Amino acid sequence: MNLKTSTRQVDGVNIVDCSGRITLGEGSVVLRDVVKDLLSKGQKKILLNLGDVNYIDSSGIGELVSAYTTVKNQGGELKLLNLTKKVHDLLQITKLYTVFDVKDDETSAVKAFR
Amino acid sequence: MAGDRFSYKLDSTLETVDSAEQTASRIASETGFGEDEVMQIAMAVREAAVNAVLHGNAYDPEKKVELEFERTSKDLVITVRDQGRGMDLSKIPDPLAPENLLKTSGRGIFLIRSFMDVVEIHPSQTGTEIKLIKHVHGPAEGGKEASQ
Repeated sequence: MNLKTSTRQVDGVNIVDCSGRITLGEGSVVLRDVVKDLLSKGQKKILLNLGDVNYIDSSGIGELVSAYTTVKNQGGELKLLNLTKKVHDLLQITKLYTVFDVKDDETSAVKAFR
Repeated sequence: MAGDRFSYKLDSTLETVDSAEQTASRIASETGFGEDEVMQIAMAVREAAVNAVLHGNAYDPEKKVELEFERTSKDLVITVRDQGRGMDLSKIPDPLAPENLLKTSGRGIFLIRSFMDVVEIHPSQTGTEIKLIKHVHGPAEGGKEASQ
């Protein structure tokens, strides 16, 4: 299943609920467009809820990195929420787990934004 | 798998990548690997197919990607061949190096090596062949084997 997203706002934080696969092609493009759209509206606090993302390939990992650096370079913050075991393990072996700010509770994740 | 070995050729498209992944997943399941290993094998094949389609054949409609699956009593062996100019192994950066951590690409080969027991990469002027081996009963004693 390709990536599907829906965005909601909680206390000024844009929570992007993602489901499906973030892979080369459409999945990566969908994520890129969502982040780009939020930034174009001045929304720089982004929480990617990956609770229903069951698969990411190396292109998808690259897209997460790209989203993280793009938001950061514009003075914003991007955090990850609710990693599945597969995604968690992938970020561990690629040493990206400590690069991203990863949360497992939405309420505390929202509060963690400055 | 009808026999112990079969191969087929695919166009240099994104659909090929999905097809390779799905076929690998099915064959790994049929071979008796557990869920995690099936996912690892399928992802390794997907990454090898991505390399073949994007970096090897560069989406050239005249060039094909060949996939070969072989099952022995000990191993599942999957070979992915492209018809590109041949991968330059010396130009593959270490994605775990601090200066590369935030790069948006360059993790495919690393993931392949992480997920398979043996990985052999044979570049030539007529293309690159990547052979992926997963032992049916897990890695040999002493851990992961050296791979090229």
